[in-house]
Order: sequence, then structure tokens, then C-alpha cells
Amino acid sequence: MSSSTRLSAAPETVDSKQILAILDRFHRKEGQLVAILQEVQALHRYLPREALDLVSSELNVSPSQVYHVATFFRAFSLKPRGKHLLQVCLGTACHVRGAVKIKEKLEEKLCVQAGETTEDRNFTLETVNCVGACALGPVVVLDGQYKGKLDTDKAAQLLEKFK
Amino acid sequence: MTLTISVCGGTGCSAQGSGDMRQAFESLIKEKGVKAKLLFTGCHGFCENGPLVVIGPKKIFYNKVKAEDVPEIVEKTVLRGEVIERLLYVDPATNKRVVYEDDVPFYQKQQRLIFGLNGKIDPTKIEDYIAAGGYKGLEKALQQMTPQGVLEEVKKSGIRGRGGAGFPTGLKWEATRKAHGDLKYIIANCDEGDPGAFMDRSLMEGNPHSVIEGMIIAGYTIGASEGYIYIRNEYPLAVQNTSVALAQAEEIGFLGKNILGSDYSLSITVNRGGGAFICGESTALMASLEGKAGEPRAKYIHTSERGLYDRPSNLNNVETLANIPHIVNRGAGWFSSVGTAGSKGTKIFSLVGKINNTGLIEVPMGVTLREIIYDIGGGIKNNKKFKAVQTGGPSGGCIPESLLDLKVDFDELARAGSMMGSGGMIIMDENTCMVDIARYFLGFLAEESCGQCVPCREGIKRLLEIVTNIAEGKAEMGDLDLLERLGSTVCDASLCGLGQTAPNPVLSTLKYFRDEYVAHIVDRKCPAGVCKSLIRYFIVAENCPGCGLCVKACPVKAITFMGKKKPVVLDQDMCTKCGSCFDACKLKAVEVR
Repeated sequence: MSSSTRLSAAPETVDSKQILAILDRFHRKEGQLVAILQEVQALHRYLPREALDLVSSELNVSPSQVYHVATFFRAFSLKPRGKHLLQVCLGTACHVRGAVKIKEKLEEKLCVQAGETTEDRNFTLETVNCVGACALGPVVVLDGQYKGKLDTDKAAQLLEKFK
Repeated sequence: MTLTISVCGGTGCSAQGSGDMRQAFESLIKEKGVKAKLLFTGCHGFCENGPLVVIGPKKIFYNKVKAEDVPEIVEKTVLRGEVIERLLYVDPATNKRVVYEDDVPFYQKQQRLIFGLNGKIDPTKIEDYIAAGGYKGLEKALQQMTPQGVLEEVKKSGIRGRGGAGFPTGLKWEATRKAHGDLKYIIANCDEGDPGAFMDRSLMEGNPHSVIEGMIIAGYTIGASEGYIYIRNEYPLAVQNTSVALAQAEEIGFLGKNILGSDYSLSITVNRGGGAFICGESTALMASLEGKAGEPRAKYIHTSERGLYDRPSNLNNVETLANIPHIVNRGAGWFSSVGTAGSKGTKIFSLVGKINNTGLIEVPMGVTLREIIYDIGGGIKNNKKFKAVQTGGPSGGCIPESLLDLKVDFDELARAGSMMGSGGMIIMDENTCMVDIARYFLGFLAEESCGQCVPCREGIKRLLEIVTNIAEGKAEMGDLDLLERLGSTVCDASLCGLGQTAPNPVLSTLKYFRDEYVAHIVDRKCPAGVCKSLIRYFIVAENCPGCGLCVKACPVKAITFMGKKKPVVLDQDMCTKCGSCFDACKLKAVEVR
């Protein structure tokens, strides 16, 4: 979610100086790989290939291990994300209150499947296992803001203000 | 007595605008020179009726408060002590307004040992925690007790781990204490992955010092000199509040070198998780702390001997750690007087799903499910019929109505085919399909399986395929036996706890709700009206005034407007069963069968 708060500032290209600064902050320790990748993602909203290669060579960790970690954890994305991030909570409490219908409505409205980014790179639609705001279910987190007690109608309205 | 204004800043209340309220209070208090202490606290628990404001010392309880209400609250309640009727909680059972927090039925049956401070302190101010008696347990442990003495006390208290399996905490500590190593680690597990559980989040956000205090005492007992708090990626506020708390504790001398003048030293750092459910498992969490993918290993050698970086490591859940200062302070005898024979103390549960009073509750072990659901939870939403309560997250099971008088503790839940887990309780009503729930958890676990071992990776996938077939009306009765056989194989043969417990949701629903599975297979019907392949939407002509709301909502234009005051017509062939019309209609003119 820290990535979503810095959405507008994400640079288009990888600046090796910035990546090296992150590595220095974590004293180039192999044990800090997850934390380092989190910072890289916070910067770019995803993990660009050039950045992963740089992390691998600077930490002296094989590219396969870096990719292993980068693809293992749900929080990391290898694909560029959109300007706005929509995370549909699919926790059990939201599920029993109809979260699947909310997800399908947003997929239909944005013409993407969950996990994808719209062609204009405006929105990325993701699912999340539980955001711990069960009283508000079904919940969607839109750019870090919790939007609760939704139905399909209200979910569609979330996108209205961006039109 | 000081005048206090406690504004709930938990996730639920924040999402409903308590941040704006806080600002409104702040500026008004300054402007009017009011002598009151404003607290922006962690979660109070009663999320359903948020945002919550409690005016002390009398604890006048206001619910569903908006920023617009703030001037009136300051003018009338804070300055003149008057009660504003319309902001009071109305007890749905008696229809009477309740003035004070302690009289709200939701709180009355609770015993809030761990969670009680949440509404009384500002989590970003260590002085609030200290004023409430915080760090007294640490002082006592370091200055009056030996590590062995603390260990004996914790063992005597009978506390068991709050994270899931319920392993005795004292025994865990003893193993790490006895293990040989130049460096030992103490780790707090706040990777709360069970969907529907958010008590660890609320503790870490609302009272981080209680966890840190417990951690330092644990570290002192086992001889750890380095500590980690592993917090879920989805909880940014918990990360922030914990980091602030650690810095404050270090500044005062509760952390760092020679804590409180003793020869014990400990440093603690915060690590963020990467959003993997499996990282709640101890060996996976430790792998992730080492910067590796969170893949668990077989535990022939326990983590108490060789854990993080192959050194003796002790991992406890945050709620377990928050109990420790109380045990040290008030003694094992006091602690073990609460609860049942095999499960001591209280437990925090998140009461969610189809229940009236959604929120976090803390009750002594041994209360019945019925008391939790009806007395505290206020019963089922919209007067529907109760069907099941799911406990223990994806590793747990569904408990039917016939077992509602079960006394909730580690052993009773296990006997019923479920488990305590971290304390999520998801309430399900007649509109919840148990086949769909089994499919939901299998889908979740298939995605979260790390893929190392075959029984879990392939077994869960096959279970999911079979249950999906059932949900789509493509199964045969023989598939039920197959589910049971395959389920028990996955339990027996998987490497770690994820796989070993993964079939529980299927096996328990099959045990208690077999008729629903049969209805899907034999009648090709979903009795709850959930499984898409087996349901259809209908227009109830006598309820439909032809307002056209559903016509607009339908994304595939399957509904035709027939003129004013005439019921609309739904074309079944075009309908994608998305449910938009059902949600759009306010007159119950769309039905699902």
C-alpha cells in the first residue's frame, strides 16, 4: 500500500543511482532482499527488469533467486501498474457479503481481468486476501482509501469520478 | 478526573471518516480553550457502529458520529456534561438508548484484559501507555525476577499460543532458552493472514507497546539479543505505529544496551511481509526474514534450536506477547483463574460476516458460541436464519447450529473438526452456500500453496476441481467419497501446516452440511442461491412497478422496459447472472432461485 501513496511520482525509467541508494540504505545485505524489493516497488509501482538485474549483480545474488523472491510474494508485480490501484478484498467476511460480484462488476467496467492493467494504464485491478476491515465488507481499497459497504451499483460509481 | 475525548482511529472508523472528526475536535478545542485531553486511539472493537467517540471520565458513548456533530458534542457534552440523545446507541433488543460505554450489550459480556487499553491511550505516545501501568511488568521481570523465574511463571500460567495451533508458550520458551547458540532471536508474528481476522492488526496499531513489552520479557527469558517484528504488508499503519513505538522505547531505555540498568540488551527491528499467507508459518516466516522466498521446511529440527540464520529462535504471535506483561504483573495464579481447564486467559475474536454487531471482542476462554453470536454479536443480520460459524481461517472448519452451545477453547474447537486459529469467526446465514465456502477456501489455498510438496500443490488443486464440478452441477455422488479420501491424504502427507489443515473446510462442511452437497449433485440446485451455474434470476411481477432501475443496471441489456407501471421482462438466454439487477432493485422485485 505504500506504493499506492506515491503513485503520481513514479519515474518512467530506471535510474541506477536511486536503486544504488536503496541498496546502500540496507547495507547491501542479502538478508534484506525482500525489504529492498519493497522499496524498489514503492519507487516504480512495480519491479522493472533493469532494477532486478542491478539488485542481483550488486548484492551478488543470482538472478534466479531475485526472480524467485519477486514472483513468490503477492505484493510484487513484474508488470507496470496503472495510475490508480483498485484492490478488491476477497477475505471470507467480504466473500459471504458478495465480494465476487463486486470483482466481476469492476472487471466488466474496466474491461480487464483481476491482476491486469487497463490499456490506457489508468487502472490496475487486483484482488487481496483480506484488508482487515471486515465490518465494512465488501471493501475495495482505491489508491489506499477504504471504500466499504459496497454493492455492484456503488462499485461501478467508484469509477465515475475518473471519467 | 480529567475530561477526555477518545476518538476511535481504527481501520473501520477511519474508513468512515474519524480522521476528519479528529481534526474538527482539535481545532475546536484550541479555539474555545477547552481543557480536555483528545485521544486518537486504536480500534475500540465495535466497528459496525463506527465512527465511535467516548467522552470520559463518565464514558458517554456516541456512535455513528460525523464531523458535523463535533461542535454540538463539544458545546453540550464536553463543556456542559449534557447527553446528546440522537448520537446514543440504541439497543435493538429493547429499543432503549444506552448512555455509557460499559452498558452497551456488545461490551457487557466481554473481559477486555488485552484489548481494553486500546480506547484509552494514544498508540503514538509512550507516556500514555506508561501512565496506564505499562512497562511495569518489564521492570518487575528485570529487577525482581531471574529469567528462570519468569519462565516458571509463564509455564504455570498455562498460556497457549494465540496464533493458531495453541502450543504452550512456556514450553516453547524453555526449548529456546535451553538451546545452545551464540545469538538467539525473539520474533513477533504479525503476519495475520487468516482472512476475516484483524485482532493482531488492531493490537499492533492500537497498543504496540504492550506487544513490545511482552517481547522484551520473552527475550530476557530465553536470552535473545536481537528481535524482529514481522508485520503484514497490508497493514501500513501497524508498521508506522510500531516503528514509532520502538524508537520511543529505545529513547527511554526499555530497549537497547543494558535495559533499565540491567545487563540485558536487546534491539528490535520491524520487517514488512510480502503478502504471502504461508509466511504465517514459522519456518516460512524466518526464510522470508532472511530475504528468501517464504517456503517452509520440515521441522525435524525445531526452530527453537535452529531457526533464523540457523540460530535458536522463538516465534510468538503478537496477542500471545501482549498477554505476557499481565502474567508477570499479576501472577500465574491470577491468569490461570480465567478460562477453562486446558485453555487459560482470554481470547480476542473478530466477529464478522452476516452478524449485526461486527467487530473485535475479547472474552474469557470457555464462553459458548451462542453467547458470542447472540449476546455480544446481537444475532444474525436482517433476521435471517443462522447456518454456520467458520473459525480458524482456511485451516479451520464450519460449525453448525447444533453445536452452538460448544464452549470455545482450543480443545473443544478441535474436537468439532475446526480449530481456534488466530480467532476469526465468520458468521454465515441461510444465504451462504457451504459448497461455495469450501470452494472459496480451496481456491485461496491453491493460490497460496508454495508448491514445494506434491500432496499440497496437486492435492488441493484436485480438491478444488472436484468441488468446482459440484458447484457447477457436473459431479456425481461418488465424488464425495473421493473428496474424503483425497482430503485425508493431503492432511497426512503434506510438508507443513498449510497442507496438513487445508482439507478442513471441505471435510467439515461435508460432515455437517452433506445435504447441501447432495442438492448440488442430485437436484442440480444451490439451495442458498449462490452457485452461478445452478441459479437463475427472476422478475417478481407483482412487486415490479417498472421503474427501470434494473434495466439501466444490466450490463448485457437482458432486461426490457415495458412501459410505466408494467413489470420489466428478463431474457434468461441473455442473462449472465451478474446480480446487478438484484442489487439495483429496492423493491424485492428481483428474485434468485
